[in-house]
Amino acid sequence: MSGPRTLLDRLWSAHEIRQREDGTSLLWVDRHLVHEGSHHAFAKLAARGMAVAEPGLTFAVVDHYAPTRRGAGPTDPDIGRMISTLRDNAARHGVKLFDLDDPEQGIVHVIGPEQGLTLPGLLINCGDSHTSTHGAFGALAFGIGATEVAHVLASQTIWQRKPAAMRITVDGVLGPGVSAKDIALNWIAALGTGGAQGAAIEYTGSAVRALSMEGRMTLCNLSIEGGARMGMVAPDQVTFDYIAGRSYAPRGATWDHAQAYWSGLRSDTDAEFAKDVSLPAGDIAPTVTWGTSPDQALPVTATIPDPDTLQAGGSEAAQQALDYMGLRAGAAIAGTPVDQVFIGSCTNGRIEDLRAAAAVLAGRRAKVPGLVSPGSAQVKARAEEEGLDRIFADAGLEWAAAGCSMCVGMNGDTVATGKRCASSTNRNFRGRQGPGARTHLMSPAMVAAAAVTGAITDVRPLLRGRAV
Amino acid sequence: MDNLDTDQLIPARFMSAPRADGYGRFLMHDLRRDAQGAPHPDFPLNRHEDVCVLVVGRNFGSGSSREAAVYALVDAGIRAVVGPSFGDIFAANAVNNGLLPGRVSEAEAQSLAEILQDDPQPVDIDLSAGWISLAGQRIPFQLDESWRTKLINGWDDIDLTLQHQSAIASFRDAHVKSMPGALPAKQINAP
Ligand code: SF4
Repeated sequence: MSGPRTLLDRLWSAHEIRQREDGTSLLWVDRHLVHEGSHHAFAKLAARGMAVAEPGLTFAVVDHYAPTRRGAGPTDPDIGRMISTLRDNAARHGVKLFDLDDPEQGIVHVIGPEQGLTLPGLLINCGDSHTSTHGAFGALAFGIGATEVAHVLASQTIWQRKPAAMRITVDGVLGPGVSAKDIALNWIAALGTGGAQGAAIEYTGSAVRALSMEGRMTLCNLSIEGGARMGMVAPDQVTFDYIAGRSYAPRGATWDHAQAYWSGLRSDTDAEFAKDVSLPAGDIAPTVTWGTSPDQALPVTATIPDPDTLQAGGSEAAQQALDYMGLRAGAAIAGTPVDQVFIGSCTNGRIEDLRAAAAVLAGRRAKVPGLVSPGSAQVKARAEEEGLDRIFADAGLEWAAAGCSMCVGMNGDTVATGKRCASSTNRNFRGRQGPGARTHLMSPAMVAAAAVTGAITDVRPLLRGRAV
Repeated sequence: MDNLDTDQLIPARFMSAPRADGYGRFLMHDLRRDAQGAPHPDFPLNRHEDVCVLVVGRNFGSGSSREAAVYALVDAGIRAVVGPSFGDIFAANAVNNGLLPGRVSEAEAQSLAEILQDDPQPVDIDLSAGWISLAGQRIPFQLDESWRTKLINGWDDIDLTLQHQSAIASFRDAHVKSMPGALPAKQINAP
């Protein structure tokens, strides 16, 4: 292809084996990550008597059903069976498994980068929608369903139609107490859940460049909540510094070669995007969701919208959301009492997230119970080295083992019916954290603020005079 | 209802069940029932039996990649969902399981819903022509061309792909040579 190219164009053409007449491409998959939920796909493979085509490019991890209190082991036989099925499948096909007691275990989207499996330029698939997280490295990363997982297992390839390229530029400087989570909730609220439907978003601008890899991962992770297929950030020195020395990352001469190649992974300055959106960083306040869809979010300083003032379609949805959430239109969102808090997930369960929460919690007591589940065993170990576990415990929060935990409630960690949870996760869907549970999404620092005040609270005054 | 996400189509706690037992009973489980498990009498799916086409709101099937959401629909006898927009991965999953995700305009979805409000109607769907007809009206729906062929032929992608085996093999060889990091370092270094 000639003419200016986007990062998406570059990544796509580097993986395209061929294109069908209808425009669908057959793409090579560099890394395939599987978890307990892949049992349907392995069953499809077994039904055909097929083996995994590239076991060396396939990595399995126990995360969705991982018990948060490891000592006790899975109490529910169904959960135990999900984990042992993955174990059996990994062993049968010679696939590397990050098992429960592995010091490298964790949520699939946390350990991929942590292990150096996630690299710029690669195509990464996983049977999980938040695979978009890995795009933070300048990789082509997207979630797939079980039939497609079976296809990748069988052939190490996937049929895909190229998405439209979209660009979100965030220039300026984020205020104190404002994070990548707030950028994401902001653009999703501004554009709606359909605003990026099916697109591949490239995040650029000085505020994005200034983010750490953790922040960029949070941003790309949430792309899917805005309806996008994937998110990506062009790799730079921050990316290279993060990757250097990780277990599965290139070394020596390959490293030099890799870095040179990765440096070229960017959009040409005159490349065209189907949709171009700008967001000034300075305008972004700590943001929380009030409804049951991630676009139902607002600055913590705002009041809950009145459904009658929204457009026809949105007004009914807003009323239903308010009813479910037990909230009143016109009231300030700040001050809404919460029953519990959760810090963790592939969105905000990394070391920086725990540090941000601990900065608020240090020397304070939580008014409500809460659970902190680190994104991986390595994050857990690191946090314990830094003494963050003690800060959480002293505040009265439970410090648990790594896994998806209360993000999805598959492992038995759920929010009770009608209870309100301030959560650092990614989905405020009805019943996501348990039947009838009411979820408010926010950054880890904001969750910590909710914990110490017992209500949804602007974290910024609580940070005054503290090193963050 | 807009944004009917995959967590509502099938709550996560049911996803460890084997498919052989059928996923239909989990479809919209918590929406259809109250906290005690009694069905809401006025929920559309509880009012009618033998439903095979659903008219849905915007962004249907958003959220998770869980194909179980599609299994629940298919196992409950649903053959087509018709609405203004669908979650991306959901739509791909649907086609892979022979479920039609037909896109119509907001206004058309609205009028379909109104026609079906009180009485369910027999519906005709013509996949190749791309229309749905009921109560004497014919409404066109949008569908990606490759998906249309796939639904009509009932193609299995794996068989299709294996025809390209040699192209894949030569691509692989060239790719792992040229793409730095294409092979994970630990494995290269392993004896
Ligand atoms: S933490 Fe939540 S969103 Fe992330 S992979 Fe686990 S269940 Fe999915």
